[in-house]
Amino acid sequence: MSVHRPTPHDSARLHVTGAARYVDDIPTPAGCLHLAFGQSTIAHGTITAMDLTAVRASEGVIAVLTANDLPHANDVSPSIHDEPLLATGTVHYVGQPLFAVVATSHTAARKAARLAEVTYDTKPAILTIEEAMAANSRFEEGPRVYTRGDASGAIDASAHVIDGVIDMGGQEHFYLEGQAALALPQDDGDMVVHSSTQHPSEIQHKVADALGLPMHGVKVEVRRMGGGFGGKESQGNALAVACAVAASLTGKPCKMRYDRDDDMVITGKRHDFRISYRAGFDHAGRVQGIEFVHYTRCGWAQDLSLPVADRAMLHADNAYFFENIRIESHRLRTNTQSATAFRGFGGPQGIVGVERVMDQIAHHLGLDPLEVRKVNYYAEMESADGGLSAPRAAAPLPPESILTKKKQVTPYGQEVTDFVLHGLTADLAARCDYEARRVAVAEWNAGSPVLKRGMAITPVKFGISFTLSHLNQAGALVHVYQDGSVALNHGGTEMGQGLYQKVAQVASGVFGIGLEQVRLTATDTSKVPNTSATAASSGSDLNGMAVLAACEALRARMADHLAAVRQGEPADVVFEGGLVRVGADEMTFCAAAKECYEGRVSLSATGFYKTPDISWDRIKGNGRPFYYFAYGAACSEVVIDTLTGEYKVLRTDILHDAGRSLNPALDIGQIEGGFVQGAGWLTTEELVWDDKGRLRTHAPSTYKIPAASDRPKVFNVALFEGDNPEATIHRSKAVGEPPFCLGISVLMALSDAVAACGAAYPALDAPATPERVLKAVMRVRGDA
Amino acid sequence: MSPAINFELRRRTFIAGTAVAAVTVGMSRKAAAQTAAPVGAESTTVFLTVNGEGRELTVDNRTTLLDALREHLQLTGTKKGCDHGQCGACTCTVNGTRVNSCLSLAVMHDGDEVETIEGIGAPDAMDPMQTAFVENDGFQCGYCTPGQIQSARAVLDEIRAGIPSHVTDDLTAEITITDAEIRERMSGNICRCGAYANILAAITQVAEDQA
Repeated sequence: MSVHRPTPHDSARLHVTGAARYVDDIPTPAGCLHLAFGQSTIAHGTITAMDLTAVRASEGVIAVLTANDLPHANDVSPSIHDEPLLATGTVHYVGQPLFAVVATSHTAARKAARLAEVTYDTKPAILTIEEAMAANSRFEEGPRVYTRGDASGAIDASAHVIDGVIDMGGQEHFYLEGQAALALPQDDGDMVVHSSTQHPSEIQHKVADALGLPMHGVKVEVRRMGGGFGGKESQGNALAVACAVAASLTGKPCKMRYDRDDDMVITGKRHDFRISYRAGFDHAGRVQGIEFVHYTRCGWAQDLSLPVADRAMLHADNAYFFENIRIESHRLRTNTQSATAFRGFGGPQGIVGVERVMDQIAHHLGLDPLEVRKVNYYAEMESADGGLSAPRAAAPLPPESILTKKKQVTPYGQEVTDFVLHGLTADLAARCDYEARRVAVAEWNAGSPVLKRGMAITPVKFGISFTLSHLNQAGALVHVYQDGSVALNHGGTEMGQGLYQKVAQVASGVFGIGLEQVRLTATDTSKVPNTSATAASSGSDLNGMAVLAACEALRARMADHLAAVRQGEPADVVFEGGLVRVGADEMTFCAAAKECYEGRVSLSATGFYKTPDISWDRIKGNGRPFYYFAYGAACSEVVIDTLTGEYKVLRTDILHDAGRSLNPALDIGQIEGGFVQGAGWLTTEELVWDDKGRLRTHAPSTYKIPAASDRPKVFNVALFEGDNPEATIHRSKAVGEPPFCLGISVLMALSDAVAACGAAYPALDAPATPERVLKAVMRVRGDA
Repeated sequence: MSPAINFELRRRTFIAGTAVAAVTVGMSRKAAAQTAAPVGAESTTVFLTVNGEGRELTVDNRTTLLDALREHLQLTGTKKGCDHGQCGACTCTVNGTRVNSCLSLAVMHDGDEVETIEGIGAPDAMDPMQTAFVENDGFQCGYCTPGQIQSARAVLDEIRAGIPSHVTDDLTAEITITDAEIRERMSGNICRCGAYANILAAITQVAEDQA
């Protein structure tokens, strides 16, 4: 049984030898055509004329498509049909696709796309939060508000009050493999599409609408992506649809791969946020009342912005119980790329907001920020009964009381039954010698006028489930062949997270066979229909359970047959170590499969899973949106140069809760990678638009992604082992997004280092580039 | 740089130079065409030794080495990440030295020896660096991995050859393989999945095994 074992990624040998095939590596049939988009050069306006003569005359050009040439739907929106594939008169951002060039080569298509002569009637562009608020340019009729208690009254009645604002930038996904699609026309108008996408069913749906076909006429296949991070949840639609339409019109295979700069200019990114806050608290830092206002730039189309902004609100509490809280969220429409899903999906932004408040409260009171965090934590979960096997260093619980019960409910009405952060934080603090090192840092700072160190522990509590409840379902298809080899298929997609391997481990466990006998085939909409995006960290939770159901159904059928033939009981049939035992009889799994085949047993089964016990009213902001929470905490230490603002992360220690990990090696990889990406978001990764709405950081030359040298010098990552109290797949927990939020410890450590420079609060915005750190140092010193 | 490596490079260049002679017939035809068209030939025939195998190809002069490998020779193990020389996904070696193949034109490499990830090892016969990456989970999505492995092998060679880096303290002493040296020298290869801890562990393992 390979479940819970640290086996390597299923494609490990292919990855290291260059043999793993991505969309751009698939050999194309002869005559394959290539596409490129002509893009808008202004942020907002009406197209008055579009002369494409030179484009059509350019060498190698086969066809040029505009909105008028599209035979059916002109729509690539994942939500409210507000995102045409090709612009229809009005342009909404710099980079918006206006027309598609179909040519004999990638270069010919790109060259031709630049020859268009487009004239516009330019309109004022709304680029900033201030401009959008002034123009009331937004999605939904007004701000969404979730409240509990009387936040304003409680703040006013408090002994201490702080307020402030934090700006945090967006983030470019920079999946190493850019967006790509390949469409292959089939018999009778059907279409096969290879797409680098997290959401094959949506690609299928959009392509079908664009071709005027039922969904059964389109098959989408995804073997793997070279990174997704949310950027391939909806942003691959345009390429797949354009290729499919061009392939349908020309009868030729069509392929499209964005050049990196085009990719960064055209596609959506993480939502940037401004969060203003006001909090009232007592002498210990215990919050009495708290108010947040979230402003987010959603860009020009709605895409997934509403659930992103909702999730930010749902994480405004992070790990803290707030009796009186008000969260107001403005989803602003701006003339920029349509901001989209990115690992954490708004959660990290909401958490940064409240972590800033905790940091500022501690500064205001002169307390250790960790103490302030701890006094505001939800109460620890109830111990040992309820099927928990792992020993946990739980804080002593107060007697069961109304107060305790109340302290376990989130602002949106979900009871927190699995809170482990008291024990987890204490464990982490001990492992990384937090208290002694904090003292050492203070002493070191006292003797160091130029370099200053800082340290912070930040926790994360992250809600697991799609907040759009119906998405929490998955299907699987499992075949046992007569030679005993097993083929699995499910709706989840592989983007490096190791989903295929985890699911294969589940299957190998059910049949008691080695992983080499189990093969995961490419995700394929013709094998498992109506799948949800591989997103919201849900991949192994949902698909693992669906595969488990299918495998258990097959095993039961096999056991029934094998037992019946031998006058035994199906319950006594054992699948273990590559063998099947029926009473005194023992045979290999391969022999058992052959015997079942010859006994005319169906050796193919589907499996289905839907997450139980969730319900959510996003308008009222009430219900149980999450099946459970995943937890973690990180401690980071940094050093800043107060003359330049430059800094280094000296050490990071992480303790993260992945439940009973399905694969500790893969999970630790997700945690380390999530941390690095989260720290990158809050430190070096800065997106800059100019006053014309042009993205000026559209390549890694100007957009700084963490490199090997940026990783903390000392980096200790451990799993907080223990069963998930909920009945998830082998009691594991989702691990994709939660550790991203651990990068917040770096921002707070930088704040701590800056605070060592003077009396004022640093109020450091993100990304905390060296320029921002230097400004904060000057502000704190009173030089600014 | 140690003399031994210098000699090695020159010797390879020299051998490569003689290889060019073998295809000069094709070249001279091109040269004739050039005089007739003052703007110059748009394409050139080049001879490359790729993974030990001689390959002749005629490419548009503007074709990068990366596109020549991927599009003309169907060696898709070398990846295109940014096409700007910033991400390192396209790293391969030319005459034993690592290059960003997206920043180099194929026509600049007539007679050169190019090694791609496919030449280093195969799934059933891996190079020690490839094995170490598997053993240490030095990747997630795998897209940057061929470039990381190419760079990793070159980094160890460069340190042994005495080529200093930004973090080398003493330019005259023998360079020791340290965590800082490896991190610095690997910083041209972006891993967006953030598998750096495991990548460094894999490289360190190989360095220790070879020590």
